Amino acid sequence: MDENAIVTEGLSKRYQIGKPEKYRTLRDALARAASAPLRALRGELERKPKEWFWALEDVSVEIARGDVVGVLGRNGAGKTTLLKLLSRITVPTRGQAIIRGRVGSLLEVGTGFHPELTGRDNIFLNGAIIGMRRADILRKFDEIVEFAEVGKFIDTTVKRYSSGMHARLAFAVAAHLEPEILIVDEVLSVGDAAFQKKCLGKMDAVAKGGRTVLFVSHNMSAAAQLCNRGILLDSGRLVRTGVIDDVVREYVESGTREQEATLTFPARPTKSGSIRRIGLVNPSGKRTTEFFNDERICVEVEYELTEALPDHHVYVWLERADGLMVLRSADDDYAPRLEQTRAVRQPGTYTRRVFFPPSLLNEGVYQFRIDLGKRWADVDRQRSAFFRVEDCTDYRDSSIGKRKGVVLFPLEWKEEFFSAEGGRVELPVGAPLPALTALEEGLEGEGE
Amino acid sequence: MKPIVIRAEGSWRSLGLREAWEYRELLFFLTWRDVKVKYKQTHLGVAWAVLQPMLTMIVFSVVFGRVAKLPSHGVPYPLFTYAALLPWQLFANALVQSSNSLVTNQALLTKVYFPRMLIPSATVLAGVIDFAVACVVLFGMMLFYGVTPTVRVAVLPGFVLLAVCAALAVGIWLSALNVRYRDVRYTVPFLTQFWLFASPIAYSSSVVPERYRLLYSLNPMASVVDGFRWALFGVEPPSAEALIAGSLTVGVLLVSGLAFFRRVETTFADVV
Repeated sequence: MDENAIVTEGLSKRYQIGKPEKYRTLRDALARAASAPLRALRGELERKPKEWFWALEDVSVEIARGDVVGVLGRNGAGKTTLLKLLSRITVPTRGQAIIRGRVGSLLEVGTGFHPELTGRDNIFLNGAIIGMRRADILRKFDEIVEFAEVGKFIDTTVKRYSSGMHARLAFAVAAHLEPEILIVDEVLSVGDAAFQKKCLGKMDAVAKGGRTVLFVSHNMSAAAQLCNRGILLDSGRLVRTGVIDDVVREYVESGTREQEATLTFPARPTKSGSIRRIGLVNPSGKRTTEFFNDERICVEVEYELTEALPDHHVYVWLERADGLMVLRSADDDYAPRLEQTRAVRQPGTYTRRVFFPPSLLNEGVYQFRIDLGKRWADVDRQRSAFFRVEDCTDYRDSSIGKRKGVVLFPLEWKEEFFSAEGGRVELPVGAPLPALTALEEGLEGEGE
Repeated sequence: MKPIVIRAEGSWRSLGLREAWEYRELLFFLTWRDVKVKYKQTHLGVAWAVLQPMLTMIVFSVVFGRVAKLPSHGVPYPLFTYAALLPWQLFANALVQSSNSLVTNQALLTKVYFPRMLIPSATVLAGVIDFAVACVVLFGMMLFYGVTPTVRVAVLPGFVLLAVCAALAVGIWLSALNVRYRDVRYTVPFLTQFWLFASPIAYSSSVVPERYRLLYSLNPMASVVDGFRWALFGVEPPSAEALIAGSLTVGVLLVSGLAFFRRVETTFADVV
């Protein structure tokens, strides 16, 4: 029984990349379609050189029974590919994995949810899809409903649910899946803070229940809290595996050490749009991952649309390296009536710049997350390089030492002094308390 | 428990029927979903299951029964063609739905593991419910025309099974092809149209010249339709040769379809 739950040997997955032919207009498409048989005869079709891309290369790890393993790495590092291979959604190109135990995988929550079905129906459907037996679902049904906090809406069709209710119901089902090996991909990025906390609690309980868990997260504090071991991937290769704290440290350090302030991402021709580049630029126009806190930080996002997107939007999330969400901003921040302002964007390449004002952030390591979306759905999501903010103000030398907290915004303070006689004086902000006589002089001046 | 080995598999694999059986509960739920969702937000609801063959029956009765005066062996022409339309629509709808099923269930393919053949199978099975509803109307019509069914009705399920297997066989082939080649989507409407006229729906198979009979009966739907008419109205039964030929076609298509499906299903998540 001491055998490892998961052993991978040289696990590799290769994908073919290369741009699909682009049809600019319907007329082009028709013309090309009409000439296709002719070109096929001449052997001109499908003769483009193939480009390959290793999403995962030569990954060998051993995961002991009962280990709770955090899989870390930037977007595109191969984390999801690893999980997809281990949950048998796709097969490796080379290498192999041996799994001992019943696997349950949650690559997203609410897989197979049908908008036309009621909450009750969807619990059964989704439960069955993620691998629960009907008897299990029946047994846990009340528990699931209670956890989801959807109450009387359980017999309402899911399309009438708010996105929060939808996410809660989906996670509630997922949380009651009890396989021997659980594979989880970033499911905690749903729902409000209170619900996330509840989910973390549930995950913790699962982890402590002696099950083997593989857990992808960008939330370092959640990973450090839940996991005992970690796997760090970069560009499809295994960088490090070991105790979670060491792996988290290496991840955060490698993120800032690297001088790549601009990250590029492969095109995803199958998606309607993809983020191609995220750069960090300081006020003098230099690309960097080091900022002083009196500098404006500019995030530059280049993205490509392969089809026209309705209600197109870009979100930027600012997160601290430990996963704490600092703020989120949308391109419609100043125009909340979405329908009126969100334009349809034609296919092509776009660049967005978002500026974060100086004196916003306290010292620390941060990262941006960019969501590119269309109506109701995200199309692509990527993260910037980690960047470090250095405190160059003298705040830190004040009596309390280093300032606490995430935000370092200079605030306006006012102070008034009231004398026993009922006089009033405004004191200069932050100034040491003047001598009493001076104050009294001030009061007299006021009185005249 | 036997460890699961995950490795590259390029070659032919077993048909995976045992694993599919282990997932029978999921097959049930997927079928149940397809049935429940089918007529959601339609005004007429499940009445569509009856309306579709009814409307076709009316058109056929006017065009082929009245205008072309095709023979119907003494059975009222509307009844004659409706009895054929029932298994035909079961087959054709299942074919159309299942060939598209993997593509419409993309989200499942890329997120969860289960035997992929459950998806086209569930859509085929969901069609059986429509068929059952339309059958009620058939018996109503027989009452109306004063045609009493005989004990031969007991073999009807056998012909239904043959139609379901035929739909499954073709559906499995087309759904797997459709994942990579969306051309299938545009081929299916023609395919079903040709197939309709290659089956004795609007006419009786007795009009097919003797020397083409064997070739004709390679189409399993020919036997199914003849079988239906025989079981319900006591007209000439399908010949043993025709039954064997039809079943053979289904068997070959089904086994080869499953084998092909299993071979390509490992790439579904990557190419869909």
